[in-house]
Amino acid sequence: MTAITKQISEIYLLIRPLLTGKIVSTLLIYGILPILFFLSLFVGRYEVPPSHVVQILAAPLINLLPDQVMHIEPGWTAAEQNVIYLIRLPRVIAAVLVGAGLAIAGAAYQGLFKNPLVSPDILGVSSGAGFGAALAILLSQGSFIIQVSAFCFGILAVTITYLLSRFYRTTPSLILVLSGIIVGAFFTALISLTKYVADPYEKLPAITFWLMGSLASVRYTDILLIAPPLLGAAVVLILIRWRINLLAVGDDEARALGIDTKRMSQVIILCSTLITAGAVCIAGIIGWVGLVVPHLGRMLVGPDYKKLMPVAFLLGASYMLIIDDIARNLTSAEIPLGILTAIIGAPFFAYLLSKRSVGWT
Amino acid sequence: MILEVANAGYTYPRGPEIFSNISFSLAEHEVLCILGPNGIGKSTLIRCLANLYRLRSGSIRLLGTEMAVLPQVEIAKKIGYVPQAHEIIFPFSVMEFVLMGRAPHLPAFSSPGREDYKKADQMIDLVGIGKIADKPVNEISGGEYQLAMIARALTQEPAILLLDEPTSHLDFGNQIRVLEIIDQLADSGISVVMSSHFPDHAFLTSNNVAIMQYGSFMAYGLAEEVVTAENLKRTYGVDVSITYSHDVARHVCVPHKAGSCRCGGMEHLQCIGHPSVIASSGR
Repeated sequence: MTAITKQISEIYLLIRPLLTGKIVSTLLIYGILPILFFLSLFVGRYEVPPSHVVQILAAPLINLLPDQVMHIEPGWTAAEQNVIYLIRLPRVIAAVLVGAGLAIAGAAYQGLFKNPLVSPDILGVSSGAGFGAALAILLSQGSFIIQVSAFCFGILAVTITYLLSRFYRTTPSLILVLSGIIVGAFFTALISLTKYVADPYEKLPAITFWLMGSLASVRYTDILLIAPPLLGAAVVLILIRWRINLLAVGDDEARALGIDTKRMSQVIILCSTLITAGAVCIAGIIGWVGLVVPHLGRMLVGPDYKKLMPVAFLLGASYMLIIDDIARNLTSAEIPLGILTAIIGAPFFAYLLSKRSVGWT
Repeated sequence: MILEVANAGYTYPRGPEIFSNISFSLAEHEVLCILGPNGIGKSTLIRCLANLYRLRSGSIRLLGTEMAVLPQVEIAKKIGYVPQAHEIIFPFSVMEFVLMGRAPHLPAFSSPGREDYKKADQMIDLVGIGKIADKPVNEISGGEYQLAMIARALTQEPAILLLDEPTSHLDFGNQIRVLEIIDQLADSGISVVMSSHFPDHAFLTSNNVAIMQYGSFMAYGLAEEVVTAENLKRTYGVDVSITYSHDVARHVCVPHKAGSCRCGGMEHLQCIGHPSVIASSGR
């Protein structure tokens, strides 16, 4: 009898760390993304039985094994397989890339500008990319040209912002934000101009819907186009993440601690711009993710960028997956992502603020 | 000499000259206190010493090397800079804040490891804020924040500590505690340059004192020689008395209260013709 109780208490001691809050929240943070990723493949307007989804997903892996060991015979239709592999999977991958990218770009900018209210489009990248896309639609270009144009104009807008801020030569981060507002306003006006001159029956709706954001038409080719710059920039931001702490404290102190602040802000701006431009060119303009998710991360793990960046990456991807699942399932028509991120993000942010544990003062 | 400053001058870009012709040197264990009125350029000088601003003329040699040619990382391994307290937006814990001092010793893509945590812990204990190591820096008192900044500078393992008015905004007890820690650090071999608004602090900690006035060092030398009634009168425009106190075994600097000193209206400008002096001398 005593032996059994002793064993039970030993087992309890072993699993006790799993039951304490820290480990549970860690598991939640790291476990939620794979679960959501998987679940997102099961939902959609086109009905595919869950058993078929599992079989479709498992078949290519299991059929790699010799036939004698295990083999899955296709018990599903070709249409079902196409829905999973050609529509849902690329869409889910794109949601992960866009959400994760926007979240870490936003977190990095909030540190760089020492301002918790900054989002990744603060330097005008979204307005620039939006104009690039609107212009390409106006000129009746195909989707590839629209994306390239969006990407290039997004980067152009930030370049102009940066050069403009160099021109004024005062408090660097403040003048950068102001230059971003100037450039953003300019490109927003250009978007309006493009809409104004666009054919109201065909091109105007196309531009409007593009700007509202959607992942509905994402294909593997789009992902192949944006994944390298987006992931490359994300890796750089994650590698230098601890040093963003120093920028978040103050430029002078960061320099006194041996940081080349000018170079480091250039790197952060370049990476965040690549990420945001990449995200905008496949998903349209999606606000709020880059603003809200870093705060959610700070609530969970505190302001230290060493922990914050990986968490923002995971939470951003999860948030975007949820938003996209709602966008494609809630009604019979697609709901544009830009609308949903704000409709869900704004009240959520208000709730976070009321909790007063947002991780900044 | 650890730090040699020769004919240093600084002018704001497209602005006025702040100071010129400043020369001094700093030895091991030495504490140099810079006094001077508000806005005279003490902070600017300290920023130049930290290489945050580039001198317009003259030179600074750090351990024998011209500082202008040194990369900032190398300077950060030798010089710890403690700025004036300012607001921090994100609530880093004291530990995370102090750890940032390890930055010059870490490669760009890495973050602090076990050894770095150990060093930060040591310095937190050294300045005596171990109890608040997990608190956010924007929820601790001004004195604790000042100590946290000193601890961060110390985790840089510097040879020189530059402190910009480390005692302003602190209550009386914290002022003395910070000065005591500065004293201990100097004993352990670190050289210190600090600016202060309190001439008495010069006697408390310093070997050498410089008084900054009229765009240069008006006086520079041993505390007892520089902090004189005459020099302070010229610098701050107020009368003080410098006397040796046997109680504390050092010189002290005591300001006069106009009209109630023993000169009887004979010696000090504010006393001459002051109603209370006339009243008391008439008695």
